[in-house]
Amino acid sequence: MSILVTKQTRVVCQGITGKSGLFHSQKCREYGYECQPGVDVFVGGVTPGKGDSDVDGFPVFNSVGEAREKTGANTSMVFVPPPFCADAILEAVDAEMDLVVAITEGIPVMDMIRVRSAMKESSTRLVGPNCPGVITPGVAKIGIMPGYIHTPGNIGIISKSGTLTYEAAWQLGRVGMGQSTAVGIGGDPIAGTSFIDLLELFQNDPDTEGILMIGEIGGTAEQEAAEYIKSNVTKPVSGFIAGQTAPPGKRMGHAGAIISGGGGTAAEKMSAMRAAGVVVSDSPAGMGDAMKEAMA
Amino acid sequence: MKIHEYQAKALFGPANIAVPRGIVATTAAEAEAAFTELGGDLAVVKSQIHAGGRGKGRFKEHPEQPGVVLVRSAAEAKEHAERMLGSTLVTIQTGEEGKQVNTLFVEQGLKIARELYLGIVVDRTVGGPVLIMSSEGGMEIEKVAAESPEKILSEPFDAAQGLFPYQARKLAYALGFSTKAVRSAEKLLPRLCRFFVDHDCSMTEINPLVLTDDDELLALDAKVSFDDNAMFRHKSLLELRDLTEEDPAEVKAGDAGLSYVNLDGSIGCLVNGAGLAMSTMDLIKIHGAEPANFLDVGGGADVDQVTEAFRIILSDDAVKAVLVNIFGGIMRCDVIVEALLGAYEKVGFSVPLVVRLEGTNVERAREMLKESGRDIISAEDLTDAAQQVVASLNT
Repeated sequence: MSILVTKQTRVVCQGITGKSGLFHSQKCREYGYECQPGVDVFVGGVTPGKGDSDVDGFPVFNSVGEAREKTGANTSMVFVPPPFCADAILEAVDAEMDLVVAITEGIPVMDMIRVRSAMKESSTRLVGPNCPGVITPGVAKIGIMPGYIHTPGNIGIISKSGTLTYEAAWQLGRVGMGQSTAVGIGGDPIAGTSFIDLLELFQNDPDTEGILMIGEIGGTAEQEAAEYIKSNVTKPVSGFIAGQTAPPGKRMGHAGAIISGGGGTAAEKMSAMRAAGVVVSDSPAGMGDAMKEAMA
Repeated sequence: MKIHEYQAKALFGPANIAVPRGIVATTAAEAEAAFTELGGDLAVVKSQIHAGGRGKGRFKEHPEQPGVVLVRSAAEAKEHAERMLGSTLVTIQTGEEGKQVNTLFVEQGLKIARELYLGIVVDRTVGGPVLIMSSEGGMEIEKVAAESPEKILSEPFDAAQGLFPYQARKLAYALGFSTKAVRSAEKLLPRLCRFFVDHDCSMTEINPLVLTDDDELLALDAKVSFDDNAMFRHKSLLELRDLTEEDPAEVKAGDAGLSYVNLDGSIGCLVNGAGLAMSTMDLIKIHGAEPANFLDVGGGADVDQVTEAFRIILSDDAVKAVLVNIFGGIMRCDVIVEALLGAYEKVGFSVPLVVRLEGTNVERAREMLKESGRDIISAEDLTDAAQQVVASLNT
């Protein structure tokens, strides 16, 4: 079954007329055809003002509402530049998309605070922003991850990182473990979906037998997830936390990757996760082995 | 982005946030004149650096000189200023290297009845801004949090609606304010919260927030930093940036669209992706060496960016070997190697270079490295890469 991205997923790309938006829509469409020949997973795009046009066979609409109505899309992949991205996300939420995957990096924190506030009563799931996207190998991908890295299988991945996730998937592949779904929750301090949200989904997904959590310094999301695991997750969990050597007070690339006031260190996250029974790898080279150990 | 105390206070004025009167001084003569202009018989001369702990801090060149000092005459102001300006202030927040003081802020002396702590930050768990107050003003808040967490009051507020007066009263009563002080709080606290939201702050800290003899609230200190992601909509705030307070290599990297943090070790790193870049630093440490930097070259590793990245890494004399760790997804490995080789030519390498590549077209990429005739060590996986680069330190 997997989570979030299924055979029913139909996607439009907000920002499809931009260079990145178009490139990745094309790659995702290709991957969709490889996985499900004859099925159009990626069905169009949205750029206000460019509606009634077409780019490389993708119909372009002025609004998410119109796109949804005309294509039956239930998902949006957002490639809109930071100054306008929060607005684009809210538009997709207002159009009642089931899933919105925001790839964009650089959205102001205050904008994301406003988005979350506006989404309180909504049933739309937002993943990201500042994330590589979501992939259910063999079915479809929504985002920038290389499809071939992920093989279908039964491990669920939840990660704050992009390329580190590809490394994890590659390592899992080397020990014969594919993924049910891999979800990038992104590196921003305020995001749409948390570790806990996905632990719940994976715990309830019949196709997922083990879970790999990839976290980073900054905040307390992993510590909270560890608490949640103690009473709510029975499936084996393994993990890795990037940033054991990060100095305090410095933003390490990701807006959310900062140790502040002494809190949010890798050590405290690893310790909390271990206390919850998570098999945590000290080295980034050991993620595959940690998952193997957890599954044994 | 951080700004100085005097700049933050200048922003507070238009936001109706009460601050003591103060004058900027960049020479000892200006400090002297400032004292006179302020009138009164007491003033405070404060070093302006992007770090806290200035009061307890001392200067390398003048070990008895504090970073913040009370003065009772214009002559005294001048005397202290002479020692402070151009000297290096070391505080618990600056690290041993300290920071050079180029600007002073001379502020009127006040009759302080009480010192409080006030801070506004974004709380990730709450998903919004939180106003934090404590009766323990003038102390390090982390210490208070560790030793007496019950003394920390926290009040989340809605970003759009701001802090309601009842929330301000809640905090004021908990802090034992008089009726007059409560009224002062009802005005000041919502204004500070509005300031935080309107300016896209990542932090606003007033330590201490003082209650005067007159039961008025004043921001005696002001530490403000802004969300880097929001600066595109605050062009005027960008002008307040003080490049002398930032690491020059980090500034250069930022200009080139690279994410770079200078560290103390000897192995330079060039990686695509922040998580993988942090992991690469961790990996080096696990294998017994120290990373010289964090560098995320991002999704578009073209010749120019890789060249600039190499230049910045190699401009650090401490670098004795370099590890390139690229997981090419959509970005093909052979394209990355082209960029690497191009940059290698331009920059001129005199230290060992270990390259670990994985992803699309990796076989072709490895061939290209071999055929290049360059002394570049190719690694198979993360462990191999770390072992090889650490070993290269001994060659």
